[in-house]
Amino acid sequence: MPVIAAIDWGLVLDQTIQAGLGVDAVVFALAAIGLNVHFGYSGLLNFGQVGFMAMGAYGVGLGITLWNLNPYLSLLVGVGFAIVLALLLGVPTLRLRADYLAIVTIAAAEIIRIIARSTAMRPITRGAEGLNEFAGDFYALNPFNPSISYGIGPLQYRGNFFFIILVGWIITLLTVLFVWQLMRSPWGRVVKAIREDEDAARALGKNAYWYKMQALIIGGVIGGVAGMVQVIAKATVQPDTFVPPITFFIWTVLILGGVGKTFSPVVGSIIFWGLLAFTENMIRQLVFEGFIPSTIMDANQVGQVRFMLVGIGLAMLMIFRPQGIFGSREEMALDDR
Amino acid sequence: MTADATTAPTSLDDVAHDPGVAKPDPILVVDDMRKRFGGVVAVDVDRVEIQRGAITALIGPNGAGKTTFFNLLTGFDRPDAGHSRLDGHSIDRKSPHTLARLGMVRTFQLTKALSKLTVIENMKLGAVGQRGEHFWQSLASPLWRGQERAIEERADALLARFKLDHMREEFAGTLSGGQRKLLEMARALMTEPRLVMLDEPMAGVNPALTQSLLEHVKNLRDEGITVVFVEHDMDVVRDISQWVVVMAEGRIIAEGPHESIGANRAVIDAYLGAHHDAPLDLAEEEEWLEEEA
Repeated sequence: MPVIAAIDWGLVLDQTIQAGLGVDAVVFALAAIGLNVHFGYSGLLNFGQVGFMAMGAYGVGLGITLWNLNPYLSLLVGVGFAIVLALLLGVPTLRLRADYLAIVTIAAAEIIRIIARSTAMRPITRGAEGLNEFAGDFYALNPFNPSISYGIGPLQYRGNFFFIILVGWIITLLTVLFVWQLMRSPWGRVVKAIREDEDAARALGKNAYWYKMQALIIGGVIGGVAGMVQVIAKATVQPDTFVPPITFFIWTVLILGGVGKTFSPVVGSIIFWGLLAFTENMIRQLVFEGFIPSTIMDANQVGQVRFMLVGIGLAMLMIFRPQGIFGSREEMALDDR
Repeated sequence: MTADATTAPTSLDDVAHDPGVAKPDPILVVDDMRKRFGGVVAVDVDRVEIQRGAITALIGPNGAGKTTFFNLLTGFDRPDAGHSRLDGHSIDRKSPHTLARLGMVRTFQLTKALSKLTVIENMKLGAVGQRGEHFWQSLASPLWRGQERAIEERADALLARFKLDHMREEFAGTLSGGQRKLLEMARALMTEPRLVMLDEPMAGVNPALTQSLLEHVKNLRDEGITVVFVEHDMDVVRDISQWVVVMAEGRIIAEGPHESIGANRAVIDAYLGAHHDAPLDLAEEEEWLEEEA
């Protein structure tokens, strides 16, 4: 098969692994862990996880540019911002049916982005231009040489990037451990019970409202941390990176891995970003080598076509393995009873 | 739990068979409770007392307001007016979880098994005052592991008593309807209640299992737990209740032991209609027949 021979599989594989373990994978793994706390364990319908990312991002950015705090304190500001958002969303909606939170989160995430990029907020958030002079303080903590590549085998990243990715994966691992401990404790049992039937939990003496609030805050803060990692890695806080499709990618990552399982957000994210890089590199080479004629598609369309292909793949996954990679079909069947 | 189980049933002997009558040792007292849904008065109870340590049945035709009354008492719904006291302490406007911690636990007409939790997890959830249910303490297992073990022992003992121990590790969602009823009752007992409120505990349960559920309810009384239950099956009511409270159109229309209820004029009228034995005139009868057809 000349088609298969024409592709430089080594390069495709390198790119796939690099993307699968890269910054985007870290960010989406973290955001999906937060969403898993919300939806997977507590049954909270959050369609605005990107809003929590934005709050974390602006918190850390403003902490340095506006209030001249040191990097560690500005990270705490990011956490604080995420908690404030969780309280704003939770106080009015968590006593109501689950759908109300869904409506409010999707709107709130857009409101945050639109306010942040508005001209009225320009003195503080620099509008659509974004915050650009804050990441230096974090890179100053980098022990690696920025001009040297680090890594093993195909995994080679420049010093600054290597630093962020390393720290990002360590944070992700700690977060996974934190959520795992939380969900095997009696606290986790209560939120899972609330997910299954709120009234039953209340009848057994559990303050459902307060537990849902705690879960919203915890998942939101984890989403905020995802936002912080993202903006520090990109060295800029841009309001228009926090658009609704990001939330849906996070949902995709979570469902791909399997809802309500400890490692599913991490594995889901690695596969999602690896798959995107894999299809992109493969199609790009096929177009370049002339196996796909320009009447069908040209090199500029690769970015869009890869989403189509990954979309088809995900649709197939939902048909043949609706529970995701880690999910259990047996458990899923219980929903229909 | 101060009630003496052996004397509780007899102590109601001297009580008059009137709606709202005072009991010798009430655990729950309700005064002037009202609830309207739009133009419908769902509950309009002047006074009712529940005797400690006894099994009280709450009966009435469909739409009489029994479940709404249950919801008002257990905090799942707020009354428009009225007061209730548990052991002499006001429980007005208390939320369901507070009432559960005070020892007043309820079950639901439509059973609420927590499907994707195992049977044993369902049981352990019921225990109140768990240290590991606090966020910060949950992060350090040694703080709650000992208590968890004690809870698990209690849960296992209850599961054995309710003959669910073979299902211990199964998801509650895989249980049959009757097993779910058993689980819900066992789980309610994990809260160590003083007062158990059962909303149609026998609904949709096969006759064999009904017998075992009845035995469990009687056992509760023998342990000194007060039971109030909603039921439609008069055989069940006759079998286990010491006292029957009849509701119709939101009001308490009769009280007494079951022997006195069957002959009660107000009860017969409520179930069969006030004019069920009045002669119809010819025109009315024809109209009635037309509606039937």
